[in-house]
Amino acid sequence: MNDAEKAQAYWKANLRLLTICLVIWFIVSYLFGILLVDALNTIQIGGYKLGFWFAQQGSIYVFVALIFFYAARMNRYDREFGVEEE
Amino acid sequence: MDLKTLTYIIVGATFAMYFGIAIWAKASSTAEFYAAGRGVHPIANGMATAADWMSAASFISMAGLIAFTGYGGSVFLMGWTGGYVLLAMLLAPYLRKFGRFTVPEFIGDRYYSQTARIVAVICLIVASITYVIGQMKGVGVAFSRFMETSFEVGLFSGMAIVFVYAVLGGMKGITYTQIAQYIVLIFAYTVPAIFISLQLTGNPIPQLGLGSTMAGDSIYLLDKLDQIVTELGFKEYTTSKLGGTLNMFLYTLSLMIGTAGLPHVIIRFFTVPKVKDARSSAGWALVFIAILYTTAPAVGAMARLNLINTIQTGPIGEPTANLVAEERPLWMKRWEETGLLGFEDKNGDGRIQFYNDEDPAFQAKAEAWGWKGNEMTKVDRDIMVLANPEIASLPNWVIALVAAGGLAAALSTAAGLLLAIASAISHDLLKGVFKPDISETGELLASRIAMAGAIVVAGYLGLNPPGFAAQVVALAFGLAASSIFPALMMGIFSKRVNNVGAILGMLSGLGVTLIYIFWFKGWFFIPGTEMAPNDAAHWFLGISPEAFGSVGAAVNFAVAMLVSRVTAAPPDRIQHLVEDIRIPRGAGVASAH
Repeated sequence: MNDAEKAQAYWKANLRLLTICLVIWFIVSYLFGILLVDALNTIQIGGYKLGFWFAQQGSIYVFVALIFFYAARMNRYDREFGVEEE
Repeated sequence: MDLKTLTYIIVGATFAMYFGIAIWAKASSTAEFYAAGRGVHPIANGMATAADWMSAASFISMAGLIAFTGYGGSVFLMGWTGGYVLLAMLLAPYLRKFGRFTVPEFIGDRYYSQTARIVAVICLIVASITYVIGQMKGVGVAFSRFMETSFEVGLFSGMAIVFVYAVLGGMKGITYTQIAQYIVLIFAYTVPAIFISLQLTGNPIPQLGLGSTMAGDSIYLLDKLDQIVTELGFKEYTTSKLGGTLNMFLYTLSLMIGTAGLPHVIIRFFTVPKVKDARSSAGWALVFIAILYTTAPAVGAMARLNLINTIQTGPIGEPTANLVAEERPLWMKRWEETGLLGFEDKNGDGRIQFYNDEDPAFQAKAEAWGWKGNEMTKVDRDIMVLANPEIASLPNWVIALVAAGGLAAALSTAAGLLLAIASAISHDLLKGVFKPDISETGELLASRIAMAGAIVVAGYLGLNPPGFAAQVVALAFGLAASSIFPALMMGIFSKRVNNVGAILGMLSGLGVTLIYIFWFKGWFFIPGTEMAPNDAAHWFLGISPEAFGSVGAAVNFAVAMLVSRVTAAPPDRIQHLVEDIRIPRGAGVASAH
């Protein structure tokens, strides 16, 4: 692969990873926290209704994990595709 | 030691620390003034970003907002944190790679257009100025309430402090003071929360306490809260929505993309050494933010429960089960003096009834008990955090700490906003448009003058708040969401969007959002010029003006894509520029620019 092809492959890999992360981002907040909240609220975890927990606690924890997961994966891609910073 | 002396000591000590940092971190070049020399460690930048982001509103108002909206308040929790996911994945690393100093600079270069840059500068200045007014007011209020000075003295003290470290140190001084301010504010927020969680549930971790049973009882705290609020005619805490489901969805989305598009947050990511640091730094920022944001719902629920239990001391409906007005606790009297709390003995029984008299079914029941309307005529939601330590009878040093924390939250956000404004003026307008040949020393001086000017304007507006100060959230987030975020994202993820598309996209997104906000809140917020009452029955599909930024963003995306498709593609050099910012390699070269 020449540099241009590498850059293109790197970008494709990035977009794939991004899509996965944003789907999870959507599921934990918009889906679990808002759209499906009433259904999930029938499940109780300790004193929390599950939908309420996702809206006020769970989604935030997942957001944090997602960013670090994305950052770690991208650092690997940077090296694999040879586009890391000098 | 009495409360006032303790407050002076604790607040004084934090201010001395900010001054010390200001002298130590003086900026000597434009790179230091605008971007702290790009040498800030990602964890340190994360902490500074958290303080930059968490304003007086996050510290003082958010928990109270959640206390009174229950589940509906989740839009703020998810909206103001989820934006960091977008920032980390869609914007921050690429803008860091681009390696310039301001947000309008990227928009101007990417869309090869001074017009685009100026549109971005205007959006930035309007969003940041409206935002900073709230911070200045917060500083004045915190001072006058806790230190018993006048509002003006409080405001001038706040201005003087920001002046010293922001004018002297620029981004460098601001970064290191923000780190100190984060530590002060998070300590001040979590200590009372831990105490209260421990008192109510026996669990010292508020995030777990909220899901625990009441101390010495087998009923869960949230169930108990749901039960007591519904018995008093209020909506159930854990299920009450903010408008409809569509409104909550769009509200959350608007806050998320607004957060990702706020310039004072974005420029913080220009301070880290590498592209990969920009990614991880966003993660650290969210860790530090999440500590407060996951504590806030516990503070809100527990404060609501404490407040109700203070007033409703026994079974609802029994004549002796309400607080005797004469025997009300000291903190109530103290907060009545500020006008943030008030009661009126409507039925003349010498006791206080606190319930929802707007629910007709419950009102009928209440009348049978001889209740003649809700007697807590004023419960300002801000006191939920400010009075929390007093409600829970915590020691005086905790109350003093809350004062220092509120000030730290307001000052750190004000400084970040002022820097965004100053750099837009000196770097984008002066150097970018009017005087491109200005020397480095000249620009540094200009940026200091712009900063000083911005502080004076912000202080003036804090003293004479325009009527729209309260609408700041809708306006700042609406602007950022509908204009800046889409322009930045398309600039990175599309090679096809061109100058005409971007400009028309920004203007139409902005236009739609502003018209919708003005329609319900009055043209330029002038009272009496509303076109329709600001309530759910009149809103388009039940979407509140605060939630409309996401619709504006969708319009921006659609217009920009369509217009770009039918006009000429961007020149080759711009397409290469986009290819270049997509890979980290070469960032070192760019930062030397």
